[in-house]
Amino acid sequence: MSSALAFQTVAQLSDQLAAGKVTAVALAQACLAQVRATDARLNAFLSFDEADILAQASASDARRAAGQARGPLDGVPVGLKDVIAVRNQPLTCGSRMLEKFVSPYDATSTERLKAAGAVLFGRLNMDEFAMGSSTENSAFKTTSNPWDTARIPGGSSGGSAAAVAAGQVPVALGSDTGGSIRQPAALCGIVGLKPTYGLISRYGLAAYASSLDQIGPFGRTVEDVALVLQAIAGHDEKDSTSFRTAIPDYRAELKQRRGPWKLGVPKEYFGEGLAPEVRASVEQAIAWYRAQGCEIREVSLPHTEYAVAAYYIIATAEASSNLARYDGIRYTHRSPKATDAVDIYHHSRAEGFGSEVKRRIILGTYVLSSGYYDAYYGRAQKVRTLIRQDFLNAFREVDALLTPTSPTVAFKKGEKTANPLEMYLADIFTISLNLAGLPGLSVPCGFSPAGLPIGLQIVGQPFKEAELLAIAHAYEQAHDHHTKHPVL
Amino acid sequence: MTSLPSSSSAYEAVIGLEVHVQLKTRSKMFTRVATGFGEPPNTLTDPVVLALPGTLPVLNKEALDKIIKVGLLLGCEIAPVCKWDRKNYFYPDSPKNYQISQYDQPICLRGGVEIELPGSARNIMGEHKTIPLTRIHLEEDVGKLNHGAAESLIDYNRAGTPLMELVTDPALKSPDEAFAFLTALRMILVAAGISDCDMEKGQMRCDANISIRPVGAEKLGTKVELKNLNSISFVRDGIAHEIQRQTAVVLGGGTIRQETRDYDGQTGTSQSLRSKEMAHDYRYFPDPDLMPVKVDEAWKTALRVGLPELPFEKQRRFFAEYQLPYTITSVLVPDRALSDYFEETAKLAGAAKAQAVGNWIANDLLRELGAAGLAIAESKIRPAHIAALVALVEGGAISSSSAKEVFVEMAQSGELPEPIVDRRGLRQSNDTGELEKWCQEAIAANPKAVAEHKAGNEKAINSLKGPVMKAGKGKANPKLVDEVLRKLLAAG
Repeated sequence: MSSALAFQTVAQLSDQLAAGKVTAVALAQACLAQVRATDARLNAFLSFDEADILAQASASDARRAAGQARGPLDGVPVGLKDVIAVRNQPLTCGSRMLEKFVSPYDATSTERLKAAGAVLFGRLNMDEFAMGSSTENSAFKTTSNPWDTARIPGGSSGGSAAAVAAGQVPVALGSDTGGSIRQPAALCGIVGLKPTYGLISRYGLAAYASSLDQIGPFGRTVEDVALVLQAIAGHDEKDSTSFRTAIPDYRAELKQRRGPWKLGVPKEYFGEGLAPEVRASVEQAIAWYRAQGCEIREVSLPHTEYAVAAYYIIATAEASSNLARYDGIRYTHRSPKATDAVDIYHHSRAEGFGSEVKRRIILGTYVLSSGYYDAYYGRAQKVRTLIRQDFLNAFREVDALLTPTSPTVAFKKGEKTANPLEMYLADIFTISLNLAGLPGLSVPCGFSPAGLPIGLQIVGQPFKEAELLAIAHAYEQAHDHHTKHPVL
Repeated sequence: MTSLPSSSSAYEAVIGLEVHVQLKTRSKMFTRVATGFGEPPNTLTDPVVLALPGTLPVLNKEALDKIIKVGLLLGCEIAPVCKWDRKNYFYPDSPKNYQISQYDQPICLRGGVEIELPGSARNIMGEHKTIPLTRIHLEEDVGKLNHGAAESLIDYNRAGTPLMELVTDPALKSPDEAFAFLTALRMILVAAGISDCDMEKGQMRCDANISIRPVGAEKLGTKVELKNLNSISFVRDGIAHEIQRQTAVVLGGGTIRQETRDYDGQTGTSQSLRSKEMAHDYRYFPDPDLMPVKVDEAWKTALRVGLPELPFEKQRRFFAEYQLPYTITSVLVPDRALSDYFEETAKLAGAAKAQAVGNWIANDLLRELGAAGLAIAESKIRPAHIAALVALVEGGAISSSSAKEVFVEMAQSGELPEPIVDRRGLRQSNDTGELEKWCQEAIAANPKAVAEHKAGNEKAINSLKGPVMKAGKGKANPKLVDEVLRKLLAAG
């Protein structure tokens, strides 16, 4: 039973649920079985509540029996990165600081998934407070890449990507501040979407960098990603940065939009540091689009080289302020050594945060300090505007851009932990989109000679996710990468 | 260095005030939880107030409406865009460890508050002047720490309450001006429904920046910030104390240290809290969770419609329209409910009787309410009562002394004056035939007074009035009595 269901898509599962060929409880049990069979090696989950999962599934079956099924996600397990709040569930953010915290409220995305009937399935591992590109910064465990457990799954949403790739759950939510959905999707051989900033409410997403963070779905197919996006997208009055825009029927549009498209290839994304096997796969994908009649045009994004620097100023500045609330006073870890308020801050934060989080808090505190603000934060914001302008200029000529998602395939555990700067470069192709607020999707485009997955990043125009998904879907359906699964 | 003057009168004070006022809104500034005072600790909270991970602020439009109203009332320039910044600092009363505030683009710039200084006597109006403002911005209040012997407890009920911060130019010259400023500001804000400004409940708080300099000098002296001034009188006393302290330091050859001092109103002393070296770096930056809000002309126009008249404008209008003297306007104008009550009564009674109406309200009504411990809204005497009573007195139907009795009874029963007058038989006699008889009797019985009056002593006539009033059992119209007596004396 379990293996038969493990790698089915949401589209297939929802048909079977609707046809009564499988129950939500059976599906949940199949996923639980797959977790039990694989997670000792994978370490994708930080926690899951089996009784609660089965109760949700059986409620779904009851709805369906009563003729009140809610749509394609009803009864479908969805994994959540442990940074998205679910009422009465832990919300550790991969940190000792929140090890014992249980959320008393639901994130808006959580509420919407519940409303769609989805079975919220466990808490997925991540780099602490979403800071990292390998999931090695989790305070609790290191997740493995399901294609090679000696390697990292990418990050920071490494747990979500590994769980979906390994068939533990059909889909999952992650969050993307500089590439944290797209890069692990690429390294784990699945589809990951970072939507336009403002398309999905951030309410209930523990903030890393507020102006860059965005929740997004992982799936094994573009269609599955579209189905999850459908459930969570749209304006939310609890998030002042969420945008009022009409939400199309993403799944229907996948089939209606067929191109041919004008596609741009930014020359700055194919320079030094790009691994030859990644370049080869991405160029093949570009060639496929050309062969389908798409016009391929080289474009330039001249401010690309400043993106990583601007990102690490803006993101750390915001983080230094966002993480100030984890202070040992109310709901976080409090050091037993502390004797007064200042002591509580010092000891609790020293003990509760890991070294990468501390590094970014210190960086962010520095760039905002009086006398440095203009030179760092003020300047980085100007660079940010220029980077966005680069993209908008390119979009006058083309519908979307094609780039590699990650400069390399999955690297070995421990390979880059000693050198934070090298780790930061793992996001070199994804970071600019967060700065520009643009949607980006990673779709599998092949494997390295060693059998490690490679991702193609497609960059879309603001709020044109339907187009972005259609471009990816056309490629995916003409290839068989999505039908290949790791053996664990 | 030039030598400094050696007498205290050679120094002048320069004072700037920083006033925090809680805006009266139903819910908090960035979430739907209610605002309130005196509720059980930590009951006015939610995930946003407590800064749980993942929570986000959403602006309360009522708070923005109110701060724009304040700006319009005080003649400020309203910023075309309302932008939010984070002020970062760690303190246990601040749940996020940053405060959402406004840094480089306050919603209100410049403007001023008209103040009235004490007159030479209580019944004489003092000088009016306008204190210029630097800025007013909107921010969120913090929670409250309760320090016990072994532990400190935090109550977040107050956290997130909309709070305006008003900063004056360093333009005040004396403790009296500071007192007058806060009095006037409170009058305006209470009248406009912006805040109740109850300093005991912390709804209005004031810090003062004080420096001294030789009279005529342009350069400002080193300023000292005085905190914990939790009543308007303490503000005045604290500033007076600080000016004396600084003057003594300078006269003693010392220099003023830039510092923050804590004033204790009970003992009238202050002590240093911290010096400038410990100043915070707040690392302000624009809050990425909140979008800037455009404030267009239509919005401002709509808010202007509901603005009340400024108290001192009302004072001038009451003088011009109703010829009310300062002794009356100074009582009516500070209290909007009372001045509204006056205008309603004056409308019923007619503008010609407005002075009498003003007197009844400022003297008798307030006395009765004060004795019963009632607010104006709870008064059984409504404008119609006073208007009717004034008509009775002015029409000569009852004497003013009878009217006083009627007033006291109205205050207790809430009955209109006519039935009381009738029941008590207070209608005064305007029958001249009967009056002439009583007057003749009084003249006959008091030859001494008659003689004195004839000899030119005008006041002697008063000793004839008593017996007449007595004979009429108080119902004789005093004006008529006077007329008849004079006629008879002249004839006799």
